[in-house]
Amino acid sequence: MQAVEFQHISKRFGAVQANRDVSFSIAQGSIHGVIGENGAGKSTLMSILYGYYRADSGKLLINGEERQIRNSHAAIELGIGMVHQHFMLVENMTVLDNVMLGSEGGFRLAAHRKEVEAKLREICKTYSLDVDPLAKIEDLSVGVQQRVEILKQIYRSANILILDEPTAVLTVQETASLFEVLRLFKQQGKTIILITHKLQEILDITDEVTVMRAGTVVGSVQTAATNKEQLAELMVGRPIETHLPRAPYAPGATVLDVKGLNLVNAQQVSLLKDLNFQIRAGEIVAIAGVSGNGQSELLEVLSGMRLPTSGEIRMEDRMLPYAGRKDADGLPAVFREIGIAHVPEDRLRDAVVKNFSVLMNSFLGYQKKLGKAFGLLDYKTILKNCESLLSKFDVRPADPHLRIALLSGGNQQKVVMAREIAANPKLMLVGQPTRGVDIGTIESLHARLLAMRDAGVAILLVSVELEEVRALADRILVMSGGCITGELKVEEFDATRIGLLMGGLHKH
Amino acid sequence: MNQADLPRWASAFALPLLNLLSALLVAAGVIYLLGESPLESMGILLNAAVFNPEGFGYTLFYAATFIFTGLSVSIAMQAGLFNIGSEGQMYLGGLGLTLVLLAFDAHLPGWLLIPLAILGSAIFGAAWAFLPGYLQAKRGSHVVVTTIMFNFIAASLMNYLIVSFLIPEGQQNTASRVFAEASWLPKLNGILPVLGETPLNISFILALFALLIYGMAVWRTSWGYQLRATGLNQHAAHYAGISIKKTIIVTMMISGALAGLGAVNSVMGSTHYLNLNFPAGAGFIGIAIALMGRQHPLGILFSSILFGALIQGGFDLSLEKPNIPPETFIFIQGLIILFCGAMENLYAPALSALLKRKEK
Repeated sequence: MQAVEFQHISKRFGAVQANRDVSFSIAQGSIHGVIGENGAGKSTLMSILYGYYRADSGKLLINGEERQIRNSHAAIELGIGMVHQHFMLVENMTVLDNVMLGSEGGFRLAAHRKEVEAKLREICKTYSLDVDPLAKIEDLSVGVQQRVEILKQIYRSANILILDEPTAVLTVQETASLFEVLRLFKQQGKTIILITHKLQEILDITDEVTVMRAGTVVGSVQTAATNKEQLAELMVGRPIETHLPRAPYAPGATVLDVKGLNLVNAQQVSLLKDLNFQIRAGEIVAIAGVSGNGQSELLEVLSGMRLPTSGEIRMEDRMLPYAGRKDADGLPAVFREIGIAHVPEDRLRDAVVKNFSVLMNSFLGYQKKLGKAFGLLDYKTILKNCESLLSKFDVRPADPHLRIALLSGGNQQKVVMAREIAANPKLMLVGQPTRGVDIGTIESLHARLLAMRDAGVAILLVSVELEEVRALADRILVMSGGCITGELKVEEFDATRIGLLMGGLHKH
Repeated sequence: MNQADLPRWASAFALPLLNLLSALLVAAGVIYLLGESPLESMGILLNAAVFNPEGFGYTLFYAATFIFTGLSVSIAMQAGLFNIGSEGQMYLGGLGLTLVLLAFDAHLPGWLLIPLAILGSAIFGAAWAFLPGYLQAKRGSHVVVTTIMFNFIAASLMNYLIVSFLIPEGQQNTASRVFAEASWLPKLNGILPVLGETPLNISFILALFALLIYGMAVWRTSWGYQLRATGLNQHAAHYAGISIKKTIIVTMMISGALAGLGAVNSVMGSTHYLNLNFPAGAGFIGIAIALMGRQHPLGILFSSILFGALIQGGFDLSLEKPNIPPETFIFIQGLIILFCGAMENLYAPALSALLKRKEK
């Protein structure tokens, strides 16, 4: 029995053919992986299944019957549930209220609430989901919030569960417990569709995997009969280089010297505690750690987006100009002058203006340094520069006038990276450079960073992906709870030891 | 579908036009209910406001003021600020130019007096907008709230100033004395006699220049780039090193200055004295114009002319058709704000579906 069957699905957005004649089926009671590079059409296909978009042509069969899914309500009625990459939860409401949202069941909330609470506790027991129905969402960790999303779907009796990049924000342990839940799900005869770009996860948990590229299906294989290399090659369409070339480690003078950096927020919570480290020219120092342990704040302070509470931070032979300011309003411009470039962690929030074109985003942060003719921006030169950046970084589509929101995450990141590299910085701050970015793009972004390192730029990399840390770093600092809990060279790389340091266990 | 994904011509022209037609259609329905023929009324309106040269002169005269208030609201919108206070800023702009003229109109020649007075109106308008801008930037007080309050404060303040200080002794009219003729703005009927006895004056040409400078500043300078980045994404603007506080304060002052300049046309070009409540809602019409014109210079120009025509034609219409009260204009204005502002994307899904079908 097939739970879902796509037959010749096609979908176009303007000039972009997001899905072209997509056909494959998903067996009931299986875990089916869908992988592909960004922009391969995975999300569009799932949005069609969940009723956000209508296919231009083709058929959709649910449990063997052809269905028209007009909206997400219709999808929910058919037992389809979706856990989005960005959670759809009301932060200041309890788990219980979030689950009830949309199915309040009549005017008198209280009576119904008891019923739902009992049912939730039962579900939690069945699936060994450790969630307190009366806890507030904002008090829960990211991993638990995700369980709430899954809980919501089980409560709505979803039989087909779509998970969009579910492990992007999880720690190793959280991922393991998520997979436990998914296996239980499968045992109950439910169907799971897992969208991810992490090949290891596909191999760990799925039964079958469908690979998409450029809107089409390039292969559906039994997981047992495949391996990482084959999948990666299918995804990208060419063999992937796992070991990128790099010059021998020969760091130069100290570029950044951080002494006693502290940051306390308005609620008197200490976010960064007495950080001390240096970064030298021509080396990549990676900060490893579970997301939310002060890495974001460190990047914000070093890029001038936020003032530290105390500390001496020196760039080459001068102090970074935090002193005598009430706030960091406008400060990042000064830091760029000093030679600090910054690829922020949250791309869509900080690094780009979504409603600007690629062209307009290609000089965000450097708008004061542009060439001018009679005081007006010289768009001819700007356009030429942008076009050369797009072709150098292989951004697709290479259309400078396209709204940047219409590009895939990987291509947006290429634009940001291209812009920051073009500024020729002495110190490059990079936060989560490959979050939500596909393998092919990861390879090229990594190669860019290594080339910068070889050219003598000091690079501070923040990443929650240990694989990335290992692939790029010369030295690794581990952060936990706002402290640096350990430092090791990349040759001493030891996932277990880093894991312990990430958990806050100091070296003896 | 996002409206920004429609082709440029569709979102820039087709949508506003459809919205405008919808507003006029509803207005036509109301005129029909009032017992008059919508077609005949439209004919009278067009005749009075467009086809009659003198009427068209009046239309452009009103439009000159609206271009300035429309620009005032638009430039604030570019930075993500909803300045509802153009009315009060224009009122204060009138005070600024009046003080200059009352002080100097007996001593200075016109070529010096007029620019000084214009400068006075801009400075007073900017000053009146400074405080809401400062409060937004430094204290987070929302400009919508503060500018509304500043409209009321402006009205009371002007009431007090005019009644207590500006009325010449022995006069009943709540207005200042008439300014010396040196300060009167040159009328355009000197060059274009066909306009007849209309008050259309050089401030219309100033308004066209203002449109041009606005377009250049917003789209062709790094300052305008920073302004729009701040309006679209404050996080990214901060990341880009743009001082958000400075942008907010400076933009509000420019917005206020533009509103203040809106006073020049009627006070220096037509009445030649400052009277109570002279803005008569022009600041609020600026909001409708900014919404309908989508903050684009050409859009602002056409919307201003449209509103000028509605006022001018509305006068004649209510004279000829006593059933249609002059307030009908305010009603139509409301409809246009409703269709072009609150429901601006009403036809976007249908239009995009239509275009897609055509593509195939």
